[in-house]
Amino acid sequence: MAKKPRLAVWKFSSCDGCQLSLLDCEDELLTIAGAVDIAYFPEATRAVLKGPYDVSLVEGSITTPHDEQRIHAVRRQSKILVVIGACATAGGIQALRNFQNVKEFTSIVYASPQFIETLAKSTPISDHVTVDFELRGCPINKYQLIEVISSLLNHRRPNIPRYSVCVECKRRGIVCGLVAVGPPCLGPVTQGGCNALCPSYHRGCFGCYGPKETPNTRSLSESWIRDGMERHDILRLFRTFNAYADAFRKESDIHEQ
Amino acid sequence: MSSKTIKVDYLARVEGEGGMTVKTKDGAVTDVQLNIFEPPRFFEALLRGRRYAEAPDITARICGICPVAYQMSAVHAMESALDVQVDDQVRALRRLLYCGEWIESHALHIFLLHAPDFLGYDDAIRMAKDHPDIVQRGLKLKKTGNDLMALVGGREIHPINVKVGGFYKLPSREELNELIDPLVWALKAAMETVQWTGSLTFPDFERDYEYVALRHADEYPMNQGRLVSNKGLDIPVSEYEHHFIEEHVPYSNALHSTLKTRGAYLVGPLARYNLNFDRLSMRAQDAARSAGLGATCANPFKGIIVRAVETLYACEEALRIIDDYTKPDTASIPIKPKAATGFGCTEAPRGILYHRYRLDDRGMILDAKIVPPTSQNQKTIERDLREYVTRFIELPTDILTKQCEQAVRNYDPCISCATHFLNITVQQE
Repeated sequence: MAKKPRLAVWKFSSCDGCQLSLLDCEDELLTIAGAVDIAYFPEATRAVLKGPYDVSLVEGSITTPHDEQRIHAVRRQSKILVVIGACATAGGIQALRNFQNVKEFTSIVYASPQFIETLAKSTPISDHVTVDFELRGCPINKYQLIEVISSLLNHRRPNIPRYSVCVECKRRGIVCGLVAVGPPCLGPVTQGGCNALCPSYHRGCFGCYGPKETPNTRSLSESWIRDGMERHDILRLFRTFNAYADAFRKESDIHEQ
Repeated sequence: MSSKTIKVDYLARVEGEGGMTVKTKDGAVTDVQLNIFEPPRFFEALLRGRRYAEAPDITARICGICPVAYQMSAVHAMESALDVQVDDQVRALRRLLYCGEWIESHALHIFLLHAPDFLGYDDAIRMAKDHPDIVQRGLKLKKTGNDLMALVGGREIHPINVKVGGFYKLPSREELNELIDPLVWALKAAMETVQWTGSLTFPDFERDYEYVALRHADEYPMNQGRLVSNKGLDIPVSEYEHHFIEEHVPYSNALHSTLKTRGAYLVGPLARYNLNFDRLSMRAQDAARSAGLGATCANPFKGIIVRAVETLYACEEALRIIDDYTKPDTASIPIKPKAATGFGCTEAPRGILYHRYRLDDRGMILDAKIVPPTSQNQKTIERDLREYVTRFIELPTDILTKQCEQAVRNYDPCISCATHFLNITVQQE
């Protein structure tokens, strides 16, 4: 029998939610475990198989000097390295520190900040090592995760669209909130993957999947300003879980007073 | 003197990463440290300057395992600050959402994280080869909880439907009806789980804990109640900070929370159970008794049975809420911001989760305080380890190490909440 591919799951600074998505595949988990050797996945198992690993899933952003080193060790042991979730692809919500002074942050939370070792910025994995595939989302969509794993095992490119939430809204026949109701919706500039979840729950998209391919954030912001929306509200809308993703970062910087 | 070192580099099957060191000399434990290296993410700082309405979505990102707990404590704190009283059915729907998280999180811990310790496996996947029915049951129970969260909350991880003042969208009666059959199955599966966990073998280990949990006039606590303990604490949530303090120790990125007057305390299923047994349904009480539990339980290893009892209760409660549901006219109440301070404390699967926010007159957050359950349990986990190693020091090193890991897992520690790297070292000088 051919040797099964080895899958590893690594955590950096994160909430654990994206790796939990793998355990949330309740109907598929045992099938996946039959197709690969889960070689390293501390959240699920105390067993550790040695690398190299055929596929590594990496969750979380780089925020400490130690993790800055560790990610290189992970890369060296991984044939294919896939980053999962907004922390790994864009620095996550903790990248809000990148816009401020991290020393002030530390002293707000911790009485003895000298015990805390942290980097000034929270950065995506691709700032440190070569990444083979990025799966977006805060959190990721577990069906997209299964698609990524199965495509890589079958030596094809994952079929993960880069189009906007608007495409998903239209496909579901949801009335456009941006046009008909008017609450701010990041759908036109945000990558789909959630199947237009928020619009289907009567709320505007708040950008969990980060910028879509070629997003026109300028045009969207200009239209909000014409409608009377305040700049600091626009700024905060772009500065959440994907604040440090290029397109959202640049747009929010424009509204910085 | 014999000398041995027990070392596990990375404690697996907990949420997040942490480390632990137990040092012994001449047969006595000299030092215990639960080291938490999870990189700090500074939520309390980054909440400053955000709008009150953003707190549920931002704080959910503290933890992918219990996002509903963060959303619930956040909305309750904001609503207490802004004098908002939600509709009874909205309140019931929040409880329903919380039932989903309890079922999902408890099933994850019972079957995938904790049971392998009792049955001697590295993980549930290996366990599934010999015990397929048990693991399948666990996964299906977990899925039922997730489906409940996905319907009421929009999705299971970081739900999007929770809003200060209510919800964005209310489920219809028909949508909720879809959940009845799966929940009826889950209730039966949870009863079997109580029996099965009751049949496991437990170390003979009890301690005199101070349990802290919410207590409500007539419900098993989730969203509301007074903070009580078995040693005399009985306060409204707004007085939390008068009685509890957080300390910063050099070896942990999670603050240690203690009672000002009495030190370490315990939160979570065991605390809720000990303080609220009489608030459980008759069915849950009977199931607990038939699994060998009394109205109180001081053995932390039996937390796995208590989680099963709470899972049973959550299934029953979810069915009751769905049965009583009539869709309210409006999904949420309009909010008028004002300068105020609000407090919220709810029962996350792992125990009480406290939030406090101070708002300015535009509803912007001036400062925030969040105390997650695992940072409250850290000291108690360390005490358990000290006591456990002292009592069982004669055990072979590898067995003692595994049992120490199990003792930590009793608390289902969520280090991502508290903060990541549980690394066990039992060192003998």
